[in-house]
Amino acid sequence: MNSPEPLAVTSNKKGAQVPEPVLYAKREPVFNRRIDGPFRRFKWFIMAVTLAIYYITPWLRWDRGSYAPDQAVLIDLAHRRFYMFGIEIWPHEFYFVAGMLIMAGIGLFLVTSAVGRAWCGYACPQTVWTDLFQHVDRLIDGDRNARFRLYKAPWGPSKIARRLLKWTIYLAISFATGGAWILYFADAPSLFRDFFSGQAAPIAYVTVAILTTTTFVLGGFMREQVCIYMCPWPRIQTAMLDEKSLIVTYKDWRGEPRGSVKKAEKSPDSFGDCIDCGQCVAVCPTGIDIREGPQIGCITCALCIDACDRVMKEVGRPRGLIDYATLDDCKREAAGETPRPVWRSLLHPRTLIYTGVWAAIGLALLFALGTRSRTQITVAPDRNPPYMLLSDGSVRNAYTVKLRNMESRPRDMEIALTGLPNAKMWSDDMPREEAVRAMTRKVPADSTDIVRLYVVAPDGTPAQEFSFAVHSLDEKGETDSTETNFEAPETSE
Amino acid sequence: MANKRIDEATGVETVGHEWDGIEELNTPLPRWWLWSFYACIVFAIGYCIVYPAWPLLSHGTEGVLGWTSRGQLASEMNAEEARREPIMEALAATPIEKLPDNPGLMRAAIEGGRAAFKVNCVQCHGAGAAGSPGYPNLNDDDWLWGGDLKTIETTLIHGIRQPGDDQTRFSQMPAFGRDGILTSQQIGQVTQYVQSLSGKAKPNAAGAQIFADNCASCHGSDGRGMRQFGAPNLADAIWFYGGSPAAITRQITTPNHGVMPSWGGRLDPATIKMLAAYVHSLGGGEDFEEVAPQAENASATETHEQP
Repeated sequence: MNSPEPLAVTSNKKGAQVPEPVLYAKREPVFNRRIDGPFRRFKWFIMAVTLAIYYITPWLRWDRGSYAPDQAVLIDLAHRRFYMFGIEIWPHEFYFVAGMLIMAGIGLFLVTSAVGRAWCGYACPQTVWTDLFQHVDRLIDGDRNARFRLYKAPWGPSKIARRLLKWTIYLAISFATGGAWILYFADAPSLFRDFFSGQAAPIAYVTVAILTTTTFVLGGFMREQVCIYMCPWPRIQTAMLDEKSLIVTYKDWRGEPRGSVKKAEKSPDSFGDCIDCGQCVAVCPTGIDIREGPQIGCITCALCIDACDRVMKEVGRPRGLIDYATLDDCKREAAGETPRPVWRSLLHPRTLIYTGVWAAIGLALLFALGTRSRTQITVAPDRNPPYMLLSDGSVRNAYTVKLRNMESRPRDMEIALTGLPNAKMWSDDMPREEAVRAMTRKVPADSTDIVRLYVVAPDGTPAQEFSFAVHSLDEKGETDSTETNFEAPETSE
Repeated sequence: MANKRIDEATGVETVGHEWDGIEELNTPLPRWWLWSFYACIVFAIGYCIVYPAWPLLSHGTEGVLGWTSRGQLASEMNAEEARREPIMEALAATPIEKLPDNPGLMRAAIEGGRAAFKVNCVQCHGAGAAGSPGYPNLNDDDWLWGGDLKTIETTLIHGIRQPGDDQTRFSQMPAFGRDGILTSQQIGQVTQYVQSLSGKAKPNAAGAQIFADNCASCHGSDGRGMRQFGAPNLADAIWFYGGSPAAITRQITTPNHGVMPSWGGRLDPATIKMLAAYVHSLGGGEDFEEVAPQAENASATETHEQP
């Protein structure tokens, strides 16, 4: 590669120092320092909760009787079923999943509106796994300075050994990450056994291999590059944040001009609170300097708040030089007004509107879930030919009827003709002589009974609408019906 | 033109263009992006070596794997063929009368027949098998030669009036008008009588006499047809060549004689069984009767003895 060194400096015509434009920038490695504080502890807590949910969920059992799987959360792609505790979703009920995805989307808007990029800072898998991998770095290579020294050190046996050890741990974590993912798509205990005895489906191994690789690369090496260059969410957030959004802010009117404690002692009143110790930069997992203002690299994890508060306490100055604040509050505070309490910033109209929309969708989904029927009928009339004249002059129409029994037990269901007087029906597994107005079908557990029905009406019956009605012959007595057409030749009489 | 300047807030040079006061920083791309770009180029070169890629004058580069989309199609078709082989073997080995005893095989036969029908039969019988004047409707309950599985299979194998097949189904209604057997007045009378059989006209004695003398030998004294001759039932609501007086008169004067090819030499026995099962499933299929039942069904039984 014959590219210019970054920051090569030349002069332009006016004589000012202009950096030569560089086309490509090398990633600056981040060696973030260990820090403790309320936000760090909160991050530990979130990490524990999210990882626990991720790893424990597939192992939870849920009794659904002998006709359905007993895994509490299962995305059964092969059988087109989605199980979530007491809820079972069929493919035609996918709007529940769509509704949940919309809620997740609006939920992100809501969180952004209320507390800024909290998703990025605490709950995003990229953040959680990067955090995890950075702890591995610390465990193997030591804290910030040790890691920096090792990075600069020439490759030798000890560095190679440390790197190999670290990458092995990366790989183990990555494998555990990708491995747990597939457990959501099949019975976890048997898949786990099959996987390690080489019996699982090839797609299981391929999925694990892909997810292991992505975790290893994105969590182990790409890290903040994902947030800055690859993820669309920070870009969207830059459009969504406004002066009323809670962000991590350096209060420059209080901190500037920066000066060390010694300088400040020598000439009081000429320096701000910032002692320029660089701790906020040292602890940052994305390697930015928060004092440069809001920027795309800031995931608002608030570790710099922990670091700065600790320093302020040591030098005996009030905490909150770097703090969660809205830009509006910053202006107010800079103008000497008393800062509003943080919770006030949560209650601005945009947040309330998002909350309302989010809750409305949630309530609508809950209502739909509570009132949905587990018995369903759909009908597809034969279109070619639309009707059929029989030798006795009567008119026959044919229908493909689907009866859905969405309960995990076999049920008897009765299909009946509603309307179309004098008409009778028979199925293709019985003779026409036994045609009836209502018939009982045995529908197996959790499945669809597809039956071809012939409906026959006497000569002269005009084309008209009628319905197939179904009701389950059990204690629930669920009903459903669907309207369809009976076609007949045009009568000239 | 380009007015490059250093942005004050960031210290980064702009690209030099301005849109309504909005400028763009010339931020360097990350180096890894460059490497992934090179990796894509390497991948593309590898792809060109392994797979067919470059069009040349007469044919394209073939790629070292030897993969072609036609080859893939062929292998998938072979795999499908292999999957169907046991079904086809079972079908070939099962006499069609025994097919209903094996519901799984019956279902497979109906589905296979549905596909074979689309290829071989729709040209005359229509995509919905509803036929048209002169081409029988296969959905209804009226059969010229019989509607049980075995009879349908026989019709399929040997066809109707197929020259060169000595077992083909054959019937020929005389041309009563053209050959001068009946006068046009007599034809008018018998037309009215035929219409009366299904209640569409008043019975007339002259027509009844002409019918008894000339038609009953094939169509039966009650006009209900005879399947061993392929003589249509004239007393029901279904008309092969049309039920209007004009159509009936035309058929008596100069009858149409449709031809169905014999499929025995063109399709393999298993496919013919599938077609028979499909046609039988369309809603008018009759049960196969093994023992001679009551006298009124005698004609149906005789149909099974058809050569």
